Amino acid sequence: MMQMTGAQLMVRLLERQGVRTIAGIPGGAILPFYDALSGSDQIRHVLARHEQGAGFMAQGMARVSGVPQVCIASSGPGATNLVTAIADACLDSIPMVVITGQVPQAMIGTDAFQEVDIYGITVPITKHNFLVRSAQELLGVMPDAFRIAMSGRPGPVLIDVPKDVQNQLITIEEGELPAPAVADSTPPLDMAAIESAAQMINAAEQPVLYLGGGVVASGAAPLAVQLAEQAGLPATMTLMGLGAMPIDHRLSIGMLGMHGARYTNFVLEESDLLIVVGARFDDRAIGRASQFCPNAKIVHIDIDASELHKIKSAHVAIHANVKCALEALLPRVQAKPRERWLAQVDSLRSRFPMQFPGQDDPRSHYGLIHAVASALDDEAIIATDVGQHQMWVAQAYPFRRPRQWLTSGGLGTMGFGLPTAIGAALAEPDRTVVCFTGDGSFKMNIQELATLAEEGLNVKIVLMNNNALGLVYQQQTLFYGKRLFASKYRTEPDFVKIAEGFGVPAVDLDKADDPRAALAEALHSPGPCLIHATIDREQFVYPMVPPGAANTEMIGG
Amino acid sequence: MIEQVADPLPQAGIAKVVLELDVNNHPGVMSHICNLFARRAFNVEGILCMPVSDGKRSRIWLLVFEDHRLEQMIRQLEKLEDVLNVRRHGAEHEVFERLEGFFH
Repeated sequence: MMQMTGAQLMVRLLERQGVRTIAGIPGGAILPFYDALSGSDQIRHVLARHEQGAGFMAQGMARVSGVPQVCIASSGPGATNLVTAIADACLDSIPMVVITGQVPQAMIGTDAFQEVDIYGITVPITKHNFLVRSAQELLGVMPDAFRIAMSGRPGPVLIDVPKDVQNQLITIEEGELPAPAVADSTPPLDMAAIESAAQMINAAEQPVLYLGGGVVASGAAPLAVQLAEQAGLPATMTLMGLGAMPIDHRLSIGMLGMHGARYTNFVLEESDLLIVVGARFDDRAIGRASQFCPNAKIVHIDIDASELHKIKSAHVAIHANVKCALEALLPRVQAKPRERWLAQVDSLRSRFPMQFPGQDDPRSHYGLIHAVASALDDEAIIATDVGQHQMWVAQAYPFRRPRQWLTSGGLGTMGFGLPTAIGAALAEPDRTVVCFTGDGSFKMNIQELATLAEEGLNVKIVLMNNNALGLVYQQQTLFYGKRLFASKYRTEPDFVKIAEGFGVPAVDLDKADDPRAALAEALHSPGPCLIHATIDREQFVYPMVPPGAANTEMIGG
Repeated sequence: MIEQVADPLPQAGIAKVVLELDVNNHPGVMSHICNLFARRAFNVEGILCMPVSDGKRSRIWLLVFEDHRLEQMIRQLEKLEDVLNVRRHGAEHEVFERLEGFFH
């Protein structure tokens, strides 16, 4: 028999689950948990500077490991500050367990100090959530939270724990502790649907493989590449799917959609069969849904049954773990070179290629990304913030492995980059982690420079500074009669001084005689670094599909 | 510029459907279900919920209009952790009809 508090039980269950790093910020209602955590010799706590930072650190760890990761906050503002990071994880299907402190149960509903109904607030942005009412309940809730976060389509789960539950004493036998959670088994395969899909692939003249984030999440990237090679399928990737197939693979046709290459969207337009794997037909990927791939039949494979037929009706819909479905599909799909179709794809590629103006000039946006890629190998992890720089990196960086690329796809959260990069470096300290950011995004979680300096992690922030909200500036220029409003900053902070003030070394490429050499030196020195580069505000992201237009109505590029 | 991002929603049909849900009975289940319909802009015309058997479970009846998104809504309902199963009945199901006496 052992007696412990609810808080000690929570720590014990986290340890047994294999959690080794937690990001968070303490506060009144979560102090019993922090007191218990201080006694753990297995779990390392990383003190963030804003709860949203802690949320994205957990995301960074989860995005590179694929395993649910944990962040912690107190009640009230601590909990509400996590909301954006939770919503972001929900839209990008990132497994995360969020633990918040709550006021004591007797005070719930009294508008107590730092009381907020975080359970109610997070209903629409979590896979599931819990308000724990006794220490005994933790024995079920804690493993359930991890199981739900990692099963099926991954996502965030919130556990709200009132302070009295954390303090409540519970007496249990060692044997009563629940086993660490494992993922639910995958749904049974519909073999008739697999057969139909294989027949459609075998019969298609101009098929295209369409790979989404689910391919990365389920560890199916090698199988997807194998399917493409076996059946001669050109493959496009969504923003979340980048890295599933090496971008320089002969069958890769790059990223589709709003900022995809012209040839990519044209190849899709000509396809007669789309094999959509672990993707959800996001509007930024497919443009106007009714005009997307008008001649194509659709095979749709997804672990989330509610994604099937949601935006586009599939001719064959397969509710399955992507990896299991591809394994079953491979022996049924004929080996075909598809020379005529691939020649047509090559012809479109050479007529409407992705263009990278200024690629050889490290002071230009594409040139800077190119120079970073040239200085690193595929072991580096690349995170971004949100905006023009994000799209340029998605277009130009040579992603060659799954989980190399961390970006806020669904929610598009500015401020995502720095704390996510910190989380990635916490999970994989031996890799170089690059965070491409813009000056607008960087300022949204800039306080995490303090966490970065404290942890001394190998994170290189490449700040592409145009002193503007670049994508807003671009859209106002293109679609709002050049009426530029609230998109240019009137003052400009000295980011080099700011970084140095936080204790992070900084390099200003603007002042470097040889920016390429200065960049390489900064990237290859261990520890954190800010690399500042001014870029031209008049450079826009092209091609661009105007919001609401069909993907073939691209402008520029 | 092109303003409209999605095609307009078609008007809801006239036909009514009764959904019968078995759910875990604990505080918060109703908010999960009502929130799901609200945030996906799907009207619920009527709702009835009572505990069953030993009180560990509840049964919920929802009266909704049939439109092309109904299958999608049922799939979303089935994803909720506390929803154990969803059964679909035609408008002939009398649960709401027999309640009407309380509304006159």
